[in-house]
Amino acid sequence: MQLIVNKEEAGGTLLTLADLAENGEAVVERIELAADLAGRLMELGFVPGHHVSVGRSAPGGDPRVFRVDGGEIALRRETSSCIFVRRVKEI
Amino acid sequence: MSVSQQGPGAADAVQVARHKLVAIIGPPNSGKSTLFNRLTGLRQKVANFPGVTVEHRVGKAHMAGHHEVDLVDLPGVYSMNPRSEDERVSHDVLQGRMEGLEKPDAILLVLDSTNLNRHLSLAAPILSLGLPTLILLNMADDLKSRGGQVNVELLAAQLGAPVALISAVRGEGLDAVRRFLTGGLGVPRPVELPVLQDVPACRQWARRMASDAKYAHPAPQVWTRRLDGLFLHPVAGPAVFVLVVLLVFQTIFTGARPMMDGIEALVSVTGGAIGGWLGEGWVKSLAVDGIWSGVGAVVVFLPQILLLFLFIALLEDSGYLARAALIADRTMARAGLQGKSFIPLLSAYACAVPAIMATRTIESKRDRIATILIAPFMTCSARLPVYTLIIAAFIPEKQFVGPLLGSRAAALLGLYLLGFLAAFVTAKMLKSSILESERTPFVLEMPPYRMPTLRSVGLRLYERGMAFLKRAGTVILAVTIVLWVLASIPMQDGKAPPIEQSLAGTLGRAIEPVIEPLGFNWKIGIGLVTSLAAREVIVGTLGTIYGMEGETDAAGLQKALQSDLTFGGAVALLVFFAFAMQCMSTLAVVRRETGGWKWPAIQFAYMSGLAYICAFITNQLLS
Repeated sequence: MQLIVNKEEAGGTLLTLADLAENGEAVVERIELAADLAGRLMELGFVPGHHVSVGRSAPGGDPRVFRVDGGEIALRRETSSCIFVRRVKEI
Repeated sequence: MSVSQQGPGAADAVQVARHKLVAIIGPPNSGKSTLFNRLTGLRQKVANFPGVTVEHRVGKAHMAGHHEVDLVDLPGVYSMNPRSEDERVSHDVLQGRMEGLEKPDAILLVLDSTNLNRHLSLAAPILSLGLPTLILLNMADDLKSRGGQVNVELLAAQLGAPVALISAVRGEGLDAVRRFLTGGLGVPRPVELPVLQDVPACRQWARRMASDAKYAHPAPQVWTRRLDGLFLHPVAGPAVFVLVVLLVFQTIFTGARPMMDGIEALVSVTGGAIGGWLGEGWVKSLAVDGIWSGVGAVVVFLPQILLLFLFIALLEDSGYLARAALIADRTMARAGLQGKSFIPLLSAYACAVPAIMATRTIESKRDRIATILIAPFMTCSARLPVYTLIIAAFIPEKQFVGPLLGSRAAALLGLYLLGFLAAFVTAKMLKSSILESERTPFVLEMPPYRMPTLRSVGLRLYERGMAFLKRAGTVILAVTIVLWVLASIPMQDGKAPPIEQSLAGTLGRAIEPVIEPLGFNWKIGIGLVTSLAAREVIVGTLGTIYGMEGETDAAGLQKALQSDLTFGGAVALLVFFAFAMQCMSTLAVVRRETGGWKWPAIQFAYMSGLAYICAFITNQLLS
């Protein structure tokens, strides 16, 4: 499995989950967080290669719900901004 | 757990058979507790929220014939790498390292069949324990109705362990559990297992197992998306939240009224009848003026308590509470806490004791202690009788916000907000001083919305109602009897003295100078002393005191209070109860959870001091 794909994707920079707007979709690339938290996030489905879509949020946009692997997980911006993703090509 | 040594025909049995111990484990929200309730019939809290089952619960399940097994319901886990205290509990039990509990003989692994790709990854560490395991794919009805499917035989072959589709809510497919538990228990022989420490590998393994078993993921739950569209809407979401809260408070006041009037009438009629039957004398005085007035004054509040718990149960079981925690996270962050603290704090509105136990889901030790320390500020149900009694006596019923909110409900709401405010400020103080720590990450799973079942809500109301009545029948009864004795001695000419000259009255007048600046007289003082045991005891105490003075029913209690308290004193009393730490059970559980007397002592001193000062200021301002 590819853990790191297209570090500099077609001229664009790498995004984080926090950069995505509601209904945005992306594929997880890597998590830059302490091993403990990263492990918990992976158990919840934020595994490199997995598809994530962006759901609703609390008023003000933080924390926000992310749909991953059949579950809905709420994360604060400080956490979601450490999950790097590759945007799914819009068609 | 105690080893039961009672087998069928134990008298002549040579070998003493121990019941099998079976552990129920699964990810949060997979329906473990529902299954546990189904199998044991033991009353237990089920909540549609990650991490509500923090203590393991044990029960007995009857199998076919005379067979019986002991079941233990464990907290939900995502993996076997324990990251919070409740995950550690599950972990230790399954490893046989839990003190007082033997290693289980078998495991029931409960997974949500509508989310198998993810939930199956827990099967890897569970199967590798090498204990006989039955894998239960729960919510099979939901899977089917949303067009998903799975081949159970293929999955069983892959995992090397029996697999069954069940619906714990409907009680479907539970024969498989009984067959498994009564049959010979085989050790699982999975075809392959991933390296357990490698989380991505476990996930991949789970997906492969699911796809090999021809798992078709069900269509997304349309309702969850639609409801989130409303409840997490930037404007409508908070508005709905406020409306729900207002509705709860208004209903507690107006909805419970007819039933309360009924109980009141019943207490007064039966009291009169018993009094007539007993005739004059000290027996009548004890039974009617003491016990009947004291315990009756508290029992009257049963409908309000039940209504409060009905709302809490509906909000929790429907999955709305997780959304409320999400909305509240920013507020909690401002107090230096995290959204996860919101869950225990919300349940502290029912009772601080389970709330403090629920803090075990908080990973950060400092956050956990801060949450424990502020939990008793949340308005628990024991304050409700005190609040409503005083509000009804001193605040006239008027429309406050149109027909939506009356002045009494508004006053009650204000007291709830006051408690929340005290908790908020205290948390902020603690988190910026002695309990300062790094911000802890907030990771919270949003469960799908589910229709609360009559069975689960009913069981909880029954449990709560019985607990309330039990307290009325034990603590309050005991305090009432002691109080009656203290109020009846020393005898004067073979009769009870005027209550002022009794021992209770003397004690009350001894502390009067301390509480006089708060606007309380010696009668309230006696109530404050007895309510150290539990807050609602003051209502029973006042019931007894006034009962011995000749007033018996609750309306009489209100009238009597009006003559004893000024408006300023009444508000000061409300403020005092909002802040003071009058609950032995809470102090005991804080000592247990923090491992010493240091924190409960700090908590008691701080809360009592705050209550005294704020009640003093209130009384001085208003009179």
